[in-house]
Amino acid sequence: MLLITCPYCEESRPELEFHYEGEAHIARPLNPTTVSDEEWAEFLYVRSNSRGPHRERWRHLHGCGRFFNAIRDTRTDKFIITYRQGEFPEHEIVEETPK
Amino acid sequence: MSDFSLLTLLQHTLSNHRKWPKQWRSPAPKASYDVVIIGGGGHGLATAYYLAKNHGPLRIAVLEKGWIGGGNTGRNTTIIRSNYLWEASANLYDHALKLWANLSSELNYNVMFSPRGVMMLAHSIHDEQIFNRHIRANQLLGIDNEWLTPQEAKQFCPVLDIDQNRRYPIRGAALQRRGGVARHDAVAWGYARAADRLGVDIIQNCEVIDIEKGTDGAVRAVETNRGRIESERIGAVAAGNTSVIMGMAGLRIPLETYPLQALVSEPVKPIFPCVVMSNTVHAYISQSSKGELVIGASTDQYVSYSQTGGLHIASHALEAVNEMFPMFRRLRMLRSWGGRVDVTVDRSPIIGKTPVPGLFVNCGWGTGGFKATPGSGHVFAATIANDEPHHLAAPFALSRFVSGAFIDEAAAAAVSH
Ligand SMILES: Cc1cc2nc3c(=O)[nH]c(=O)nc-3n(C[C@H](O)[C@H](O)[C@H](O)COP(=O)(O)OP(=O)(O)OC[C@H]3O[C@@H](n4cnc5c(N)ncnc54)[C@H](O)[C@@H]3O)c2cc1C
Ligand SMILES: [Zn+2]
Repeated sequence: MLLITCPYCEESRPELEFHYEGEAHIARPLNPTTVSDEEWAEFLYVRSNSRGPHRERWRHLHGCGRFFNAIRDTRTDKFIITYRQGEFPEHEIVEETPK
Repeated sequence: MSDFSLLTLLQHTLSNHRKWPKQWRSPAPKASYDVVIIGGGGHGLATAYYLAKNHGPLRIAVLEKGWIGGGNTGRNTTIIRSNYLWEASANLYDHALKLWANLSSELNYNVMFSPRGVMMLAHSIHDEQIFNRHIRANQLLGIDNEWLTPQEAKQFCPVLDIDQNRRYPIRGAALQRRGGVARHDAVAWGYARAADRLGVDIIQNCEVIDIEKGTDGAVRAVETNRGRIESERIGAVAAGNTSVIMGMAGLRIPLETYPLQALVSEPVKPIFPCVVMSNTVHAYISQSSKGELVIGASTDQYVSYSQTGGLHIASHALEAVNEMFPMFRRLRMLRSWGGRVDVTVDRSPIIGKTPVPGLFVNCGWGTGGFKATPGSGHVFAATIANDEPHHLAAPFALSRFVSGAFIDEAAAAAVSH
């Protein structure tokens, strides 16, 4: 079970208190009427599914109830950072080099 | 290499089974092939086998980064059935089920396919309604699936407790008699051996790290940790790692990778004659030929390549099994493990061409692709050979995410298998 730090409560709590909300920073198209089917598919279904650092949303469902974002390494499940909505901490997304 | 038969078995008994030859070669990769398959799981090996058998002569290689069958193929709970809701999926999975029936003799390898029946328990009026809808849909397609009363269910699987005062009473069950289980490793090994005999190079410890495209945008070669291998046709059959491989060709696909876990108990005497699944309690269970109870859990909530899920997920599966079968409370679990399942939004696979010419993909089987192994390999081989989707594969094209023509088994299944 993951141990997750809520950036609002500033506490590490067990995963059971949290709900995963999918990949982060996917913005809904601003003008839906002009969006093509391809762009809808990209927005709705296509995901980066990164092997390595992954930006994702979580919700502290059984705590403060707030949404926040995180960068987690999907190879190890270790959190690199969790951060509040509206923030975007720079993180060099180092691709895995399997060589 | 000679066929397996009673005679060869007796011969090798005389030499204490010390002289069995290697079941497949370990060739060094050649500089080029007609077709390169990325991923030596059941689906990739089956693809190579049907390519060689039905579409040859072709120079074919299967590149596997670890050992064959070491991915989801060797980690799954081996439930096989074809009673899916939608026509496209029912047809595809039933195509596979028909191939399972004869697979051991086709491959001259005992895959231990055991059609012992897959039973899904109904605990509520909603379960009853949805199962009966499935049954009707299947019957219209000529696929067996039948409704059992609680008494009939108990007759088929005597360990069921059909007391109607239980917390989750068994109100009936849907049974597919042709469904069952098979030996997962044997499926990988059987296809590998049969493909090798047809000249396919199976290259283990060979990880694809890049895909090279020509000026025309079509694939030209793969870069691996064992050197560059040219091929104008590449089939990616890499389950949970497919997004990474598509990324090498500059593509993004509608897929996410999640951990999925399973457990086996200590072996006990035969007690469990069929496969039982309960969507409501969320458990599925069968007994292996060795006597272990094989228990499947659900996926974790987050994307991960770690092949390790949370302990609370595994213990939840045990709670569910104990709820249904209190007699298993004192059984000890021997092992638990995780796989990397490749999940699409409609819980149906993606099979076919990609926007990059020469690059084909077969993925998205998620929590339930073992049962499809022979059919998946068969239709994918035809798709690669003809550069055109096999008719059973056509509905599963990548383009459905743009057109909206989903094959929505997500709501239909609701349990990982
Ligand atoms: C716990 C669990 C239980 C399951 N239970 C069932 C069940 O009861 N019934 C059912 O039908 N299905 C079940 N499934 C799903 C089933 O296991 C899969 O859908 C199926 O086995 C996928 O087969 P595959 O050959 O596509 O993938 P895999 O067997 O995972 O093969 C993919 C291969 O690609 C290789 N690879 C990846 N990247 C590279 C690279 N860059 N270069 C070279 N090789 C690479 C991997 O090493 C791997 O061996 C279960 C899965 C799990 C994890
Ligand atoms: Zn909080």
